[in-house]
Amino acid sequence: MNSGATAAVSGRRDQMLAWLANHRQVSSETLVTLLVNWVTSAMTWLVLGIALALPVFLYLVLINIVALSVDFDGNPRVSIYLQQDITASETEQVLRLINDHPDTHEVKFITPGEALADFQARSGFGDVLNSLERNPLPAVIELAPRNTEPYALRQRILEIEALPVVDLVVVDLVWIERLFAFIAFGERVAWALSLILSLGVLLVTGNTIRLAIENRRTEIEVVKLVGGTDNFVRRPFLYLGFWYGLGGAITAWVLVQTCLVFLASPVELIAQSYQDDYSLQGLSAMEGVALCLAGSTLGMLGATIAVSKHLHTFSVTMEADG
Amino acid sequence: MRCLATVLIRFDNVSKRYPGGKEALLRVSFEIGSGEMVFLTGHSGAGKSTLMKLIIVMERASQGQVFLQGINVNRIAEKHIPSIRRNIGIVFQNHQLLFDRTVFDNVALPLIIAGFQHREVGRRVRAALSKVGLTDKERVLPIALSGGEQQRVGIARAVVNRPQLLLADEPTGNLDPGLSAEIMKLFHQFNQVGVTVMIATHDLELVSRLKKRELQLHEGRLVNHE
Repeated sequence: MNSGATAAVSGRRDQMLAWLANHRQVSSETLVTLLVNWVTSAMTWLVLGIALALPVFLYLVLINIVALSVDFDGNPRVSIYLQQDITASETEQVLRLINDHPDTHEVKFITPGEALADFQARSGFGDVLNSLERNPLPAVIELAPRNTEPYALRQRILEIEALPVVDLVVVDLVWIERLFAFIAFGERVAWALSLILSLGVLLVTGNTIRLAIENRRTEIEVVKLVGGTDNFVRRPFLYLGFWYGLGGAITAWVLVQTCLVFLASPVELIAQSYQDDYSLQGLSAMEGVALCLAGSTLGMLGATIAVSKHLHTFSVTMEADG
Repeated sequence: MRCLATVLIRFDNVSKRYPGGKEALLRVSFEIGSGEMVFLTGHSGAGKSTLMKLIIVMERASQGQVFLQGINVNRIAEKHIPSIRRNIGIVFQNHQLLFDRTVFDNVALPLIIAGFQHREVGRRVRAALSKVGLTDKERVLPIALSGGEQQRVGIARAVVNRPQLLLADEPTGNLDPGLSAEIMKLFHQFNQVGVTVMIATHDLELVSRLKKRELQLHEGRLVNHE
């Protein structure tokens, strides 16, 4: 039985247009329904927003720690003290050697004179130093390596130490190792938290959608009876999940940015005490979009699970006569 | 003898046993030709609704085969069921209308599902509503209508897709005799323009008045098969 009804629909293109029109209609209808019942919707959005905001916030804390450590320290700087009494050409040679190394990010050469002037200015021992017969400070090369990973850094230091005119290489490796370990730990925590809270988002949307399905029982029954496909039945609920997820993500975005505004001034105070100018990094536009994408995907996934679990329990109530 | 090409529905030795062991239908065989109007009678519990559910593939037979225009719907894949149903109009005793939507939107539903274009939907909905005499109620919510009017909206929804087969399950069950006769007249009109109509009812007075073929069920068996 397929002649009458479908023949009247004049072709693939028309059906495609009707399909698109249906999508447009269903998506706007579900959004309008959510906005009309805004109190209930806002509560769901807030719950989802909090669940999404926690890992995002932890992520921001981490990228700020990384950014701060870069700001305060540069990439961890290796101080290379050269032997005293070396010729200018020897100095130049070692400088070129370090400078040309592919791992070198930045090199700064401090002559003994500059080092002395700096020390005088910072330490307050100006007069004492002036009384010295000769400058006791060696020339220093400050190196910012490209690869700051502890193992690579250690290898690089060993290489530099082997150079003939180098006296001493100093870098606070323990500190860097601890920082890296801490960041790696934080990243793990952020991932674990994301997984757990994503599950929470799935459950919350799933449960909300389940209630929506219960509320629209008659509609689903009728749609199925007049020949609605499973996709047609599913569509409004998937859009509902999408809007819940997207709303939750936007809520999370707002929550996180609000927290940052709240934290900005104490952080600036701390930064100033380190004589540094630092402002907190928030979510970039791209990261915000990624958050929205993740939120809406989770929402749709939750809806898909709920719909596939509950849709098949439906049978239509005609006059029950066994 | 009916010619095979015009057979629309064929039940071939069909039995239906529900989980729990209750036999709802027992070895039922019959044919309904295209363009016929048939009454399905029997007490409640005799198997009328089960028989209709088998036609729209809400249930599947435990034994035997059900053919719809030569297609064995008992064996059809789940995903093809919607296209089968789109060519059957169904009318319920309790209307099954959506009370949060206007009369227009209720009647338009099968067309939206079938993917009709906006303009065509409007044209067909108005045609269906005018057939059942509810042209002026297009923008009204079903709750504001009387029982008879609600049933007519249900009928408009059933015929809006111009199905070849119209199934009605106790369509006059909740209506007084005057309204029942009116509704029956509507079904008769659809039958006269070529729609095959099958009506399950226990209103025997109505059946005898219309002088149409009758399939009588008694405890799952077909007892009079003309």
